[in-house]
Amino acid sequence: MTELNAQQQVIDQTIATLKDKPGALLPILHGLQDALGYIPPHSVADIAKALNLSRAEVHGVISFYHYFRDTPPGKHTIHICRAESCQAMGSTQLESHVKSTLGIDYHETTADGQFSLEPVYCLGNCACSPAIQIDKEIYGRVSNESFDAIINELGASA
Amino acid sequence: MSITIYVSADSSAVSLGADRVAAALVKHAQERNIEINLVRNGSRGMYWLEPLVEVEVNGERLAYGPVQVSDVANLLDSGLIYGRKHPLFLGATEEIPYFKKQQRLTFARVGITDPVSLEDYVAHDGYLGLANALKMNQTEMVKHVTDSGLRGRGGAAFPTGIKWNTVLNTPSEQKYIICNADEGDSGTFSDRMIMEGDPFVLIEGMTIAGLAVGATQGYIYLRVEYPHAHIALNAAIAKAYKANYLGENIQGSGKTFNLEVRLGAGAYVCGEETSLMESLEGKRGLVRFKPPLPAISGLFGKPTVVNNVISLASVPVILHKGGEYYRDFGMGRSRGTLPLQLAGNLKHTGLVEVAFGMTLRELLYDFGGGSATGKPIKAVQVGGPLGAYLPESQFDTPLDYEAFAANWTVLGHGGVVAFDDTANMAELAKYSMEFCAAESCGKCTPCRIGSTRGYEVMDDIINNVDREKNIVLLRSLCDTLLNGSLCALGGMTPYPVLSALNHFPEDFGVDA
Repeated sequence: MTELNAQQQVIDQTIATLKDKPGALLPILHGLQDALGYIPPHSVADIAKALNLSRAEVHGVISFYHYFRDTPPGKHTIHICRAESCQAMGSTQLESHVKSTLGIDYHETTADGQFSLEPVYCLGNCACSPAIQIDKEIYGRVSNESFDAIINELGASA
Repeated sequence: MSITIYVSADSSAVSLGADRVAAALVKHAQERNIEINLVRNGSRGMYWLEPLVEVEVNGERLAYGPVQVSDVANLLDSGLIYGRKHPLFLGATEEIPYFKKQQRLTFARVGITDPVSLEDYVAHDGYLGLANALKMNQTEMVKHVTDSGLRGRGGAAFPTGIKWNTVLNTPSEQKYIICNADEGDSGTFSDRMIMEGDPFVLIEGMTIAGLAVGATQGYIYLRVEYPHAHIALNAAIAKAYKANYLGENIQGSGKTFNLEVRLGAGAYVCGEETSLMESLEGKRGLVRFKPPLPAISGLFGKPTVVNNVISLASVPVILHKGGEYYRDFGMGRSRGTLPLQLAGNLKHTGLVEVAFGMTLRELLYDFGGGSATGKPIKAVQVGGPLGAYLPESQFDTPLDYEAFAANWTVLGHGGVVAFDDTANMAELAKYSMEFCAAESCGKCTPCRIGSTRGYEVMDDIINNVDREKNIVLLRSLCDTLLNGSLCALGGMTPYPVLSALNHFPEDFGVDA
């Protein structure tokens, strides 16, 4: 219950701080995802009310943008670049290695809640392909071995 | 006396370990009682040498790279601070041919200054463009940009001066400047390098744009995939406000310009200017019909300049040195310089800013050094995921908007992605359709449905299901996409698909 209350407090506060900006919806959604890791579905009604929108409009925006999620992510979110430059340097092979190592597909989270996996179309690290992002960190020229090392390090610090 | 050492904070350098190298330098220098002044600069753009460590000796910067954490102690012990020889020693940074052969106008300071130091910026010719602009009237400012021949560097190559002039001459109590920093194209990273490596030049360019057309509010629409750029921009904006380069009464001129960074949320289509404005307004990024042009009715229905990062970042040098100075670089109707980005399977990936006119082959081999894998380069995609694949026979095309268009290829934002002979062009064509389906905003039918059907048709072609018939179908579908889509996403997806089919039919299992 307290956790839900704390979450509601974040929602109320984020909306109150940002709702008067011009075009406030994306800043509010970013604010919530930054603070909570996702956009709780029950916040949609609050956001809609504050911005004088319908719930359908708010839901439509959340579902339009790949970055926004309405379920809690794992402890770490791994983004693998799927774009052409990374493909030219073997990203499709890295992609299958990551999926089989973690035992999950895109948009899934490992059973232990450690890792979520998402595709991304370009991290702007094309001079150092293939690239992945884990949380806010970007990694370049990633091989199967260097991926395993990064994951082990993150797992050990868990 | 303390020694100044530079290690890039550029996110690509960091992705290769620059932060850890910087920390190791501080630690090992301390242990040796060496006093160092560590500056985290932007990247010089030679990514195969990153993490690059530069040391300033007698006013000259000497480079070592690529440096790993395990090299640091040894480097210091071999006399790095005196610029002594070492297996990783590269000589003077600016004498490295890759760097020396460039003509850096827009990137003049990137890799040289501390990106978030306003003092550094001003000491390296920063804000001289604004100083000149403040002595001119609005028409004169716009005229410099028109005279420079600058065309939109985002990819569409529309003359920037004409866009500004339209906004200037559209009366309104509120106008906006939007910087399109939704650099979603694969193989491109020049916007990111500017925003991380010299954010003040973008702020100055937007301020000049605001003064020139009479806009008091600017937004930088930045893609969420660029967290380092976000931090650098916000830090620079805060300093610019503090020093009265932003806000009210800028430098005592009585003029106002406010600037804010807004984050996108992973939608490629929001790089299309009308979709971007919808997103800024807090809506789904659906493409708008044009007309009305954004210059007449743009953000919140007001006259709006929407320019790419590189376009805006080129404005300060144009206002500083004059439109003619910039126009004297380049060829034909492509004036000035283009920051090209070498990516994918190349030995020397990185940023190359040169005047228009060099051939693609020179770029790939003289700068890029050929493929990273050592195999022949089979195809090159220029201009992002919607750009055509060029076979070897087209490598002599000069880097010029018109020369590329004449080949049914696209120069776009200057991204160059090379593939070696292991690439399967049919798979890449299928991927283009898949990408279009994933990123379509859904407003127009050819793009929304055509992309999914295109993916299925490509799948059948690859699996040899009714191959001949499906090739005909694919061409017909591409025709619909090309001519019936509302924006470039659907309208240009046929470029990679058809160029792959036309130049590499064997990968599709058909004869030429």
